[in-house]
Amino acid sequence: MVAIELIRVTKTWGSTVAVRDISFEADEGSFVVLLGPSGCGKSTTLRMIAGLDDVTSGRVLIGGKEMTGAPSAERRVSMVFQSYALFPHLNARENILFGLKARKVAKAEQRDRLVRVAEMVGLADLLDRKPAQLSGGQRQRVALARAIIAENPICLMDEPLSNLDAKLRHEMRVEIRALQQRLGMTTVYVTHDQTEAMSMADQVVLMRDGAIEQQGPPAALYDFPETVFAAGFIGTPPMNLLKVEEVGSALVIAGTDGPAVAEAGYGNLVMGIRPEKIAIADGPGIGGRIESCDYLGADTIVGVRVGSQSILVRAHGRHLLPAGSYVHLHWQTYEVHLFDDETGARMTGARSLPIAA
Amino acid sequence: MPDRTRLVGNAAYGWLLLLPAAVLLAAFTHYPAVATLAQSLFTSGTALRPAEFTGLDNYRFMLEDEVFWRVLENNAWYAIGTIPISIALAMLMAVWVNRRLPLRAFVRMSYFTPTVLPMIAVANIWLFFYTPEIGLIDQIAAGFGIGSHNWLGNPDTVLGCIIVLTIWKEAGFFMIFYLAALQSLPPELEEAARLEGAGHWHFFRRVTFPLLMPTTLFVLINAVINSFKLVDQLFILTKGGPDNASALLLYYIYEVAFSFFDQAYASTLTVVLLAVLAIIAIGQFVILDKRIHYR
Repeated sequence: MVAIELIRVTKTWGSTVAVRDISFEADEGSFVVLLGPSGCGKSTTLRMIAGLDDVTSGRVLIGGKEMTGAPSAERRVSMVFQSYALFPHLNARENILFGLKARKVAKAEQRDRLVRVAEMVGLADLLDRKPAQLSGGQRQRVALARAIIAENPICLMDEPLSNLDAKLRHEMRVEIRALQQRLGMTTVYVTHDQTEAMSMADQVVLMRDGAIEQQGPPAALYDFPETVFAAGFIGTPPMNLLKVEEVGSALVIAGTDGPAVAEAGYGNLVMGIRPEKIAIADGPGIGGRIESCDYLGADTIVGVRVGSQSILVRAHGRHLLPAGSYVHLHWQTYEVHLFDDETGARMTGARSLPIAA
Repeated sequence: MPDRTRLVGNAAYGWLLLLPAAVLLAAFTHYPAVATLAQSLFTSGTALRPAEFTGLDNYRFMLEDEVFWRVLENNAWYAIGTIPISIALAMLMAVWVNRRLPLRAFVRMSYFTPTVLPMIAVANIWLFFYTPEIGLIDQIAAGFGIGSHNWLGNPDTVLGCIIVLTIWKEAGFFMIFYLAALQSLPPELEEAARLEGAGHWHFFRRVTFPLLMPTTLFVLINAVINSFKLVDQLFILTKGGPDNASALLLYYIYEVAFSFFDQAYASTLTVVLLAVLAIIAIGQFVILDKRIHYR
């Protein structure tokens, strides 16, 4: 069943368009991530689902019901704010119980739920502390507890982990995902961090300049980006996006005179290939000179200069090749993605060519 | 020992920097306070009869002075009448103008205008309101067929009139503090509360009001001080009359000092006024501080 549905939603502030005609669905119990660079409209979209901002045009359906103009309180959604939005003068217990008290839930019920939720997020011993006496991670847990104690079917999260350090962020990522699956909450999660999106999402909605660039499961976005933007946004390091030039009836990497990488005849193209899909080969391949080697432990990111382009290669293990050494790069034709240089869209007709040497 | 010399030099340098401010503070604050206290223990001296030490005689006289008790009682009513209402009104106006509303700047300015006006001007405006027969209030009342009333001439209504005027003058001033405090509250708090199903009143009672408490303490202390300090309007409106019904402590001190020229007794009253204010202020801090959340 569809828990949240946005139909052609647009939001403008005066003459600026924050969100442009977007539509997407979130299935019940699924984890949907709104991903995009800052200013792309993802937070505004979340706020429109919450009813904190009005939609300019379009419709918002929650649980199949029309909720376009409904007040936030009626939508049965919880929200975790980036700043946590904890009430500074109330202790953790009162913060968590705030909504239940506002809705006049029976005292006994409040107590039961509090015990359960505090246990779930690991706050049982900290309930008497005020937010200022809690660490960032603990505050995050209070915010989370406040969101789940309402037992709303939907939880919205606005960059909830961005104020935490890297280690804690990883921990919370795993915990939030586990909690979400355990409670079966439909979750819409806003982030600019593609790692969070890849690791947590059932469904990623990639946004750019207020519009949806691509949506689908993380693997689909990774393996089959529809646009240059999607290709360049997802993955660390992101996909190599290379300029290619026409030489005869084939395309070669700009600044080289071969070998050919794709057929010509489709206008100006951009060639994309993931760093981990490139092999540094002894045999035939495209020649280039080593520019840099970043050793990361499990693998090494090797920068190679090919013609006028820089290509990053993710090589397994440790590779410390001296800068300037000459290497050959090799890849399979099916790992190559071709995009239109002007529109940025994937060129479905164009074919890549095997590297001949 | 060059280190030591430098240390001494530094200290002297520091004291020299403090000196101008310290001199001003001592000359215009500390010395007068001490002098007042001293004067209250002497009789008023004249050219013929120099001041004599009388110990607590002035204080004894004060306790028997009916006018003193009258103005003290007036002042108590004046404080009770002005402080809670002007603070409540200020908070209400601040919450109101903090919202997105049309002509917000204009509304804010309107509320603040009474603060900008000098008290003397305000008193003159209100004198026109209160004047019997031709005053605004009586003219409106006449429209409803209600007879004329001498608002400022009647001992039963005069203090009330002064209180209303003072509230009108003060609430806008206090509003500015509340407005500043409200604007420093993160808007997510209200959004979070809205999502949790809290209504405006619930949010105000559980979140806004407690978070405004530091401001309230500040405003409260100012309001208490003002209730003993603001007497300008009396000069224009009533001169403390009729029959001392609108006289306040500070106004009485002024009369004693500059109409009756009894410096010693005026000093005595001043010491009492300062003592009362100090006790109230300390009490407020001690009692309220524990219950206030400071960020």
